[in-house]
Amino acid sequence: MIEFILNDRLVKTGSLPTTVLLDYLRKEKRLTGTKEGCREGDCGACTILLGVMIGSNVHYKSVNSCLMPLGDAHGKHVVTIEGITPPAFGKHGTLELTPIQAAVVDQGGTQCGFCTPGFVVSMTGYFLNNTSLNFYDAVESLGGNVCRCTGYAGIKRAVEQSILFFEKGKSEKKTQQENLVALNFIPEYFSGIKEQLKKIHSRKLTSQKKSNTLIAGGTDLYVQQWESLVRSESELISDNRKLSGIYIENKLIKIGAAATIEEIKSSKLLQKYFPQWNYYLNLFGSLPIRNRATVGGNIVNASPIGDITNILLALNASVHLSNGKKKRSIPLKNFYKGYKTLDKKAGEIVESVSFSIPSKKSFFNFEKVSKRRYLDIASVNSSAYIETKRGKISTAHISAGGVAPIPFYLSKTCNYLIGKIITTETVVEAASIAMSEILPISDARGSAEYKRLLLRQLLYAHFIKFFPQPALQGEQINLEKLF
Amino acid sequence: MKNNDSILHVRGESLFVDDVITPQGVLYGYLFYSPIAHGKILNLDFSEAYKVEGVKEIFSAKDIPGENQIGGIVSDENLFAEGTVHFIGHPIALVVAETFLQAHDAVKKIKCEFEKLHPIFDPREAAKKNEFIVPPKTFLLGNVDNVWKDCDYIIEGTAESGGQEHIYLETQGSLAIPVEGGMIKIISATQAPTVVQRTAARVLALPMNKVEVDVLRLGGGFGGKEDQATPWAVMAALAAFKLNVPVKLILPRQEDIRITGKRHPYSSDFKIGLNKEGKILTYEVTFYQNAGAAADLSPAILDRTLFHCTNSYFIPNVKATAMSCRTNLPPFTAFRGFGGPQGMFVIESAIYKAAQEMGIDPSVIQKKNLLNEGDEFPYGQKTLHCHIQKCYGELETRYNPKEIFQRIGAFNEKNKLMKKGAAIMPVTFGISFTTTFLNQASALIHIYTDGSVNVSTAAVEMGQGVNEKIRKITAETLAINENRIKIDSTNTSRIANTSPTAASKGTDLNGFAVIDACGILIERLKKVVAAELNQNDLSKIEIKNEIIFYDGEKTELTFENLIRTAHLKRVSLTAQAHHSTPYIYFNQKTFKGNPFAYHTYGAAVVEVTLDCLRGIYEVDSVKVVHDCGESINRVVDIGQIEGAIAQGIGWITMEELKWDEEGKLLTDALSTYKVPDIHAAAKEIQIHFLENVPNPFGPLFSKAIGEPPFMYGIGAFFALMNAMRAFKPNLEIKFSAPFTPEKVLLTLCN
Repeated sequence: MIEFILNDRLVKTGSLPTTVLLDYLRKEKRLTGTKEGCREGDCGACTILLGVMIGSNVHYKSVNSCLMPLGDAHGKHVVTIEGITPPAFGKHGTLELTPIQAAVVDQGGTQCGFCTPGFVVSMTGYFLNNTSLNFYDAVESLGGNVCRCTGYAGIKRAVEQSILFFEKGKSEKKTQQENLVALNFIPEYFSGIKEQLKKIHSRKLTSQKKSNTLIAGGTDLYVQQWESLVRSESELISDNRKLSGIYIENKLIKIGAAATIEEIKSSKLLQKYFPQWNYYLNLFGSLPIRNRATVGGNIVNASPIGDITNILLALNASVHLSNGKKKRSIPLKNFYKGYKTLDKKAGEIVESVSFSIPSKKSFFNFEKVSKRRYLDIASVNSSAYIETKRGKISTAHISAGGVAPIPFYLSKTCNYLIGKIITTETVVEAASIAMSEILPISDARGSAEYKRLLLRQLLYAHFIKFFPQPALQGEQINLEKLF
Repeated sequence: MKNNDSILHVRGESLFVDDVITPQGVLYGYLFYSPIAHGKILNLDFSEAYKVEGVKEIFSAKDIPGENQIGGIVSDENLFAEGTVHFIGHPIALVVAETFLQAHDAVKKIKCEFEKLHPIFDPREAAKKNEFIVPPKTFLLGNVDNVWKDCDYIIEGTAESGGQEHIYLETQGSLAIPVEGGMIKIISATQAPTVVQRTAARVLALPMNKVEVDVLRLGGGFGGKEDQATPWAVMAALAAFKLNVPVKLILPRQEDIRITGKRHPYSSDFKIGLNKEGKILTYEVTFYQNAGAAADLSPAILDRTLFHCTNSYFIPNVKATAMSCRTNLPPFTAFRGFGGPQGMFVIESAIYKAAQEMGIDPSVIQKKNLLNEGDEFPYGQKTLHCHIQKCYGELETRYNPKEIFQRIGAFNEKNKLMKKGAAIMPVTFGISFTTTFLNQASALIHIYTDGSVNVSTAAVEMGQGVNEKIRKITAETLAINENRIKIDSTNTSRIANTSPTAASKGTDLNGFAVIDACGILIERLKKVVAAELNQNDLSKIEIKNEIIFYDGEKTELTFENLIRTAHLKRVSLTAQAHHSTPYIYFNQKTFKGNPFAYHTYGAAVVEVTLDCLRGIYEVDSVKVVHDCGESINRVVDIGQIEGAIAQGIGWITMEELKWDEEGKLLTDALSTYKVPDIHAAAKEIQIHFLENVPNPFGPLFSKAIGEPPFMYGIGAFFALMNAMRAFKPNLEIKFSAPFTPEKVLLTLCN
């Protein structure tokens, strides 16, 4: 039995755990405010909030219900638009609205209305999750919601109005959630969810079976093959605590395979070692995708254009596998044998990934260019990790995505760079070697010619960022010579 | 001013086709379509598909009781392919099963063998082979040939603009329900209920009165559901009719993108002649419209390209030729602007290129040639109440583009890898269906005995706020509170022979019909008032804010008790009215006439920032002066402009349709076909409505708003071009939209 709280009531269902949550909501529960727009996490019309007990508190995150298996709702609180909307009152159209809903109406943040519930849910999620509110973060939290009518201007105004309303009305003595209830952002029943969840939290998902097909975040699997997954007996592992965590172990930074992208994005540990970490990870999917997608999923998915694998390759990471009895580790750059082919035996799972703490004299950068800046798959991405000693490059790890059948490590380029002084010529030569060791193909994300050129530009971008001033012994990179 | 419809939207309670409570026993349809662009069907085998559990029936061309024909303007399109397939996505069969997944599985089991035929994808190749949807058309003004010798500058070039997928958030879909006596009710997400009704009747061999079409609202249309909502509705109707059970057919997103029509890609040649002051003396242009495999609305769209080929300019000598070229791609269709944007992009490209050769800013040429009152368009109509000069002037006063250009110049001096650019885009857009007979609408108003009001019109609500505007018009005309008024669904049994809700004309046509229907009711009510007051001068009776006045004096009568009285006196509280736009006509032989009720004017300045290292860019701002007459609802009108700008910028920048050499669409999902998101939309939009410009030809002196602002987005193309030239002054200029990051980088590094 899958047991969870759906809006204000406890539900139990014997449906297959791999059932798409969106279908369960719309067809079995007739909660049709949650819309199907694309079934690939690219429009946000199906956004719901997932409340999870962390410690003694319930944390809410926005999720694309089109990519979430029903079984992952077990022991949690699922909130749809119907669970946010106040009950209807009055006769002549005097329907009650939350301050967010009212702001969307006032500011013209809705036209056809199809995407609107998703936006309202995402915005409500932002208020539930953040105690210090600001316009830019609030807009960022809507990166996974597409609207084709308004051009977003009215939605942005609604965000402003909602924040203003909250800031004016809130009481410093109350918790965020208490304030939200008091100001009608969320209904009263939210206050009792914690106690209810505690009761069902510890009960195990009994219908869960062991299987060779594992589903973590499901953010790519459900895009590729939802029709078969919903009839499969796959094992859900996103709540497997053994696979979670971000920590330091033996001078290595270790990330559990089930850590979500949003978890690593907001990790203080990683932010400490990589000052621009948050900026890089913002380019990965959207908030609802990052809330579900996992590091391990990104690694085993083996997409040539994966963003996390790209970053990890440049950090010279190792993958740690286990078949339940034996464990082994392998450098990530040796893990990929061909298009979507891994050095992984049946029964083995990726448990974690680790890499060395970056040295103090190191530089790291991640670059990604896609047709649309956010929530898009890269045309080309690239990460670079460089260490210098006395003005010379002593270590170089550079990766390139979208230019080969596998997440690509530019070994020839890296070899060339070792021992070199930073000069414009070095950079130009490195880029030219990189362009020669890749094999891009023309597809929806760009022609081979473009991808080759783009990689060159991204390598330039790394070095321009690393050495805006003349490096010791070297010279300032001459931009004129780069074009 | 808020839009009352949006209250249900934000509460998540607005129903769309897939949300409507389904009747018991509903079956689900899934489409089998051609995987090749052109070929003969040799063998079609359903035997394995029938074995899939839950499959009830598989329908194809042979099962059609009436005509296998859905073409509107030209009868050249099958519902199901018969003998030959003409594009990837050409429907061949519909599987109907108990569940969506069963239908999906069965489709995978259908076997079909083809003999491949040579496909054409390039409209110029089609033109060479005389593959035209309709014969080419030429609009003429003055005499082009005589003037070239007087020109100081003659500039020639080519301009390409890409197609555009609608990405209405609600995909195409319908639910067909059998009704007694062999009748059928179709709940459809269509902009054209009557087209669905007529086509279903044609395919099912039924009289139209046996088909009822009901449209509650659409989750976005943008033209994509004007003609192309029809096939899915008719297929569901066919299955429901034959099986006598309800059938639902909703296209999954990827299927919707793959097989439904989009904005037409165009390839065009231009030649423009100017004197040294920048006055345009002559303009010759040839448009090759990629129409896809069937006519759909292409001929009408082709016309509008010609109507708008000179945008906001008076050019005394024009020769504009347009060809609708048949290719093996899904039939292209209506999309906001309806061919207008494609026409305007070419004249703006011509002006840009001329300005570059003359060493001046394009805005100098734009200003020199703006339309004046009484100027003639190439189609014979003369401007009346022409406000383009006013808009352009107001743009200069309000936003000071000169200062913007100077600020940008200073920025570009300082920054090596980041460059800014700006451009001005004026827009003049004709309002009316250019197919004259479509300019009609009707309204049906019921007042119930409790004083509540139900309004039906031919207008379909799809987010453009037509319901809210109709509500406002009804309230103003009847002088009652808006809360009394409900706008009903669009239904062919209540409103017959509807024109599509398109051409930005929804409010104009239906609003006028509502005003007329209200007028009838008011006349009747006044007679009741006169009888009640024992007076006989109807002209002295006035209703203000639900209170009845006689000769300026307040009476005891209110709207509510007047309604009750009228009913007791057996006075009809229902009125119907029909409206047709006066004074418009167009001769399709001479290509002259007065096709538009009026024109909408505006101008925008668009500013962008370009990262020249990576070839990526942002739109910083769009600042607009727009003439919308007297706005009926500012929230709605501002929303229309903001939304249209985002779509226009999307079309000209990131939205890219890419096909492989077999004619298969590569960008067939939201993961590969990118529309602007909240980050990609312009950072700042300022909108100023031109003041004191009541429109005598619009309801409550308003103007149509849906399409014209789309074309402000074109400014982003030339702003980007300017930013690129700031980085590389000797850049090779190519007018090829969309200006994707790929094209930008390849051009910068060329």
